[in-house]
Amino acid sequence: MNEPTQETHIVPARTYTAVWLVLLVLLAATLAIAKLQLLARYSVLGSLLIATAKAGLVLAFFMHLKYEKRFLKGLLALTLSALTLLIGMTFVDVWYR
Amino acid sequence: MSTEAGHIDAAGKKIGMWLFLFSEILFFGGMFLLYAIYRYKYSLDFHNAAAAENIVLGTVNTAILLTSSLCIALSISAIRRGERFFSSWLQLVTVVMGLAFLVIKYFEWMAKITVGIYPNSPILLKLQEGEILFFGLYYVMTGLHGLHVLVGCVVISFMLYFTLTRTIERNNFARLENTGLYWHFVDIVWIYLYPLFYLIT
Repeated sequence: MNEPTQETHIVPARTYTAVWLVLLVLLAATLAIAKLQLLARYSVLGSLLIATAKAGLVLAFFMHLKYEKRFLKGLLALTLSALTLLIGMTFVDVWYR
Repeated sequence: MSTEAGHIDAAGKKIGMWLFLFSEILFFGGMFLLYAIYRYKYSLDFHNAAAAENIVLGTVNTAILLTSSLCIALSISAIRRGERFFSSWLQLVTVVMGLAFLVIKYFEWMAKITVGIYPNSPILLKLQEGEILFFGLYYVMTGLHGLHVLVGCVVISFMLYFTLTRTIERNNFARLENTGLYWHFVDIVWIYLYPLFYLIT
């Protein structure tokens, strides 16, 4: 090959397996919270926070975002901001209608 | 920008894939917005309707997708270390898990359809307005997600072929990497669908 193309480091299998184990623990936690109603009226918030933690782990490690340049992270932040704005503005409309 | 022979613009390909995924985020985001609004307006109906979901199958499917994500991630690390057969094997396992997810989804849908809960069915239309909306969103969102899983299985099968024929190799794995990004995205969508349809009752 010619010049090394965008040399990023190879994530060790150990790291991936550890992330996967944490994901399964979070899955068990969210199931337990829902079934045993541990958080009572905060259960919706609780499940969504756990889902977001899981999504964050997948993004950071499986999707390599942790090792990417700030450009790509910025683009993702922009997209998520647009989505948040869309949801927020629609809810403002629904609330004050 | 050099275009010399043999130069592979992996970074550019990856940014292209991410741009596609951003459009996918907004595509599914619109449906999550619909779900949020209707859940806010029909809280009780959503609560009652969600009780009909099979939590066991939903949880098993979540575990399957999380594990398949691990497999495709490991397959990329493997090909970069030059372990072609191990990488191929992991890709095959990923496809099999994707198919298993769809088979379970099929049984879940059939369990509902046989008791008369499917879009526009006479039984469904007699339910509360919010329950009709819940099952409508259930079929649209899990259906479109299932379609993404199916597409993922087909694409990974092509990657498996490319890996076996040495088109994808140690120094040329951008396609496999981008396929992995897509598969993880499909996993993330399910990570949110799971609590919204199975847990929140």
